[in-house]
Amino acid sequence: MTDRLYVATRKGLFTLTRAGAGWEHVRTAFLGDPVTAVLPDGRDGALYAGLNLGHFGVKLHRSDDGGDCWTELPAPAFPAVDGDDAPSVSLIWTLAAGGADRPGLLWAGTIPGGLFGSTDRGESWTLVDGLWAAPERADWFGGGYDDPGIHTVCVDPRDSRRLTVGVSCGGVWTSADGGATWALGGTGLRADYMPPNRSDDRAVQDPHRLAQCRAAPDIVWCQHHNGIFRSADGGETFTEITTAAPSSFGFAVAVHPADPNTAWFAPAVKDDCRVPVDGRFVVSRTTDGGASFEALSDGLPPPPAYDLVYRHALDIDGTGEHLAMGSTTGNLWAGQSGGERWTLLSPHLPPINQVAFGA
Amino acid sequence: MPRVSFTANLQRHVECPPAAVAGGTVGAVLDAVFDGNPRLRSYLLDNRGRLRRHVNVFVNDRAIEDRAGLTDPVRPDDQVHVFQALSGG
Repeated sequence: MTDRLYVATRKGLFTLTRAGAGWEHVRTAFLGDPVTAVLPDGRDGALYAGLNLGHFGVKLHRSDDGGDCWTELPAPAFPAVDGDDAPSVSLIWTLAAGGADRPGLLWAGTIPGGLFGSTDRGESWTLVDGLWAAPERADWFGGGYDDPGIHTVCVDPRDSRRLTVGVSCGGVWTSADGGATWALGGTGLRADYMPPNRSDDRAVQDPHRLAQCRAAPDIVWCQHHNGIFRSADGGETFTEITTAAPSSFGFAVAVHPADPNTAWFAPAVKDDCRVPVDGRFVVSRTTDGGASFEALSDGLPPPPAYDLVYRHALDIDGTGEHLAMGSTTGNLWAGQSGGERWTLLSPHLPPINQVAFGA
Repeated sequence: MPRVSFTANLQRHVECPPAAVAGGTVGAVLDAVFDGNPRLRSYLLDNRGRLRRHVNVFVNDRAIEDRAGLTDPVRPDDQVHVFQALSGG
């Protein structure tokens, strides 16, 4: 059972630990600063935090003592080139550990659309040229931000060279060689925000979030801008799941670590509104691969509730029993028994960007 | 005449049914639409007449290139699509 929970918010990083049957807040770091990504690295116990200081840029910090002391590291950065339109990292959107067999290897997904790798625990970063140079990148565009961004990096636990990356809006990309070469996956995804003839253009899809099953890594769930999709081949092709209720729109998805047929979503009214359907805040769960869904609400607030869960703000621990969820309203919940019961841990946090169980 | 359609997400703010209007450029086509629907202008263009940053216009399947001057050509049988860029929660 995981006994530590990290909550990255617009105003700092909060750490909670288990206390009896509940959780208690034990530490605050970076108070006042937007924390856009957090990574507890189970391989060596390090903790990484990506910050967006606005006027003062994007920053990266690492703690080797669980969050008491932090060291600032170089943040991922594009090679310096001339020109008004030269790329500059505006957000660290996701941080991922590179695999059990590659200690110290990290991945960082950024806006605008850069994937960066570090082989030395974040001490230095290199742009992944193979993806940045993909000709299809010219078609990417921003979803939720002015520029496109990489928000998901899935590392296949069977083979850490196999990567599946999600780009909003730039589709699902896969690499079988540790990022040297890339293929555009995502066949079957559908973009209703494009002219009809381009709705199946794989390079402009908006996968809001990808979740790969640890025990069955070929299964990748996708909460997409236009619905819920599931892949059985590591992200190459997807099948749309149309049975979700009360909505198939949302940002977050989590998959059970041992059961690829069980996944959780935080549904909302589709893209023109983005609030819970009828003001009723629920988590939807499928346990049969998407054939059916149930709305879980025990312990969640009654209507009207307008919490929205961002793409990184739903996590599941290694047992598959315990979930954590945070909203842009600043509510934080723990889910027990696979989300059948929820407990409000705090109603007054800043807007929550990410929740992450300690590894 | 070119046909123009608008994202459903715009309809909740201002009624803008599909239209067929004359015009040889994106700007001319949009001006023709605005003649009959002046309130729509400020939803698509900023006060300098440039396409708003989070509005996308396609001529058939191609995003326009000139977002400031709206000079991309439009042929009589073209379809102009007005979309919104996707925005966050």
